[in-house]
Amino acid sequence: MARHKPWSAERASGIIAEHTHLEGATLPILHALQETFGYVDSGAVPLIADALNLSRAEVHGCITFYHDFRAHPAGRHEVKLCRAEACQAMGSDKLHREILGRLGCGWHETTADGSATVEPVYCLGLCANGPAALVDGEPVAHLTADALEAALTEVRQ
Amino acid sequence: MSVTLYVPRDAVALGLGANKVARALFAGAERRGLDVTIVRTGSRGLFWLEPMVEIGTPEGRVAYGPVTLADVDALLDAGLTTGGDHALRLGDPEKIPYLARQQRLTFHRCGVIDPVSVDDYRAHGGYRGLEAALKLDAEGIVAAVRESGLRGRGGAGFPAGIKWNTVMLAEADQKYVVCNADEGDSGTFADRMMMEGDPFNLIEGMTIAGVATGATRGYIYLRSEYPQAFATLKEAIANGVTAGVLGDNILGSGKSFHLDVRLGAGAYICGEETSLLESLEGKRGIVRAKPPIPALKGFLGKPTLVNNVMTFTAVPWILENGARAYADYGMGRSLGTLPIQLAGNIKHGGLIEMAFGITLRQVIEDFGGGTRSGRPVRAVQVGGPLGAYFPDHLLDTPLDYEAMAAKKGLVGHGGIVVFDDTVDMAAQARFAFEFCATESCGKCTPCRIGATRGVETMDKVIAGIRPDANLKLVEDLCEVMTDGSLCAMGGLTPMPVMSAITHFPEDFRRAGSLPAAAE
Repeated sequence: MARHKPWSAERASGIIAEHTHLEGATLPILHALQETFGYVDSGAVPLIADALNLSRAEVHGCITFYHDFRAHPAGRHEVKLCRAEACQAMGSDKLHREILGRLGCGWHETTADGSATVEPVYCLGLCANGPAALVDGEPVAHLTADALEAALTEVRQ
Repeated sequence: MSVTLYVPRDAVALGLGANKVARALFAGAERRGLDVTIVRTGSRGLFWLEPMVEIGTPEGRVAYGPVTLADVDALLDAGLTTGGDHALRLGDPEKIPYLARQQRLTFHRCGVIDPVSVDDYRAHGGYRGLEAALKLDAEGIVAAVRESGLRGRGGAGFPAGIKWNTVMLAEADQKYVVCNADEGDSGTFADRMMMEGDPFNLIEGMTIAGVATGATRGYIYLRSEYPQAFATLKEAIANGVTAGVLGDNILGSGKSFHLDVRLGAGAYICGEETSLLESLEGKRGIVRAKPPIPALKGFLGKPTLVNNVMTFTAVPWILENGARAYADYGMGRSLGTLPIQLAGNIKHGGLIEMAFGITLRQVIEDFGGGTRSGRPVRAVQVGGPLGAYFPDHLLDTPLDYEAMAAKKGLVGHGGIVVFDDTVDMAAQARFAFEFCATESCGKCTPCRIGATRGVETMDKVIAGIRPDANLKLVEDLCEVMTDGSLCAMGGLTPMPVMSAITHFPEDFRRAGSLPAAAE
């Protein structure tokens, strides 16, 4: 089953309406949209702007400021690899070259079969057990290229 | 009679297979006709032993670890449910020297209790701090925080009592308490561990802050890289409302405190308090100029108390046991305990809560047991990506705000990242600039432009292009960034860079000098 639903302005409006009562609702809305659709469609910008009485520029600016939000659909699964110092101390740079080589894609890119998108992150708080990764939000400590393959196989099932 | 097994659900334990271990233990016990209950706890922070499974016996807890899926059947056959002998048996977890030597004031429940159970929290001393606070007036609570000597644990070390007092005295129709849980520094995980293992300690600390300052609403701003902590906090807050420790009429006091948790979106800069407030308001996380200070004009322009997770979680203990008892720990003007996080290339990494004053060497050698790779320690970065790299000869520096500053370093959030002798310090210095370029909010020029120019100049040094002249340029650039940046992001990026250049000069001359024409 697909993790994400296809973009729908109607569904997006419903999600937005659920959050407008919050103080500072923009980020909760963007997270909820990305959770549902896998990305924040440009069609959501005027809907959010209208609902929160903001300019479209303010909403667009907010989306582009944060690393988490993406403007285009990504792969079916998300791999976040930690590039920060504690993981570097355990050889993450070399490991990442190997992983990206095996997956055949670069940072922020999706594998050719569309199954996984790879994003860099700076620290997952697993710093005594690095290198570390998150696969669809599930932590992987003492990461190796084989362990990542196993984790991806598991989430694909 | 049912036997209780405790299996951590801390992200580290999960990352090492704790869910599979828990399922296998339950299934294996069932097959053997054993009646077991599994309680999912946080971690005690002995991370090389995770997943660490504990059994409740009449004589107390017995621990086993690290337990992998492959060990489960052998453990059950060895009589794990009665504390039976096995190669992985660690005995009483509290007697493991790593834990026994610590001074756990803030973390004493972490890894012990069911994190989302109000009853379990109260059975282990929870809410005694709030009960004590409710017997005092606002001035009395603030006085206790001030007299404890507690300083902001997020990194800046600002006296908490002064901040609390400012918010208490501010007049407004609405005030806020905001917890900075945007723990972005590499090598730090104390906040995460606390939120996953003992979230009510944070909730209680924030509630006390609300009562003291007159703030009836609170937010925890949590980084999105911590999905497990998010789920745990959500569950804990919902349970807290049901139990009457959050919401209206807390503990029957007539006072209100409403708490919510909000997710960041992968921006390191949002750990800076004004940027955090912008983000919480739903804007780009751009740093604000100060004044006005957030204590007077913070979230939505209202007086706002912003403290770190570790600051709030120190408070319940202080209120319960007294300011004097807390101030008895520590040295100089750094009082109380510091949750130290030992990470990177280290054999025994984990959470070490100790009074201020322990030296880096004691932490790395006595607790850490040297590097995981087995090679010699070469460099140690203290205080996150904006902290200094220390060489061996500075490892006898005590962890104390002033002592670290005197060596041109910082305590920061208490993270220590160990590197062995394969580290290339020029690459680390370059990374510090690169990280700043990636994460700068862009508001001030020294940070926005300086970081990018820093990467370019460091690339020349690494390539051997006029290294002396270019290092001079880096030094000059660092001075501008230190003096001219709006916040600590640009202001402290020079710290890792300059410490690497100062203490490890040989790494910046590896390429040999190329003729100027190569430029």
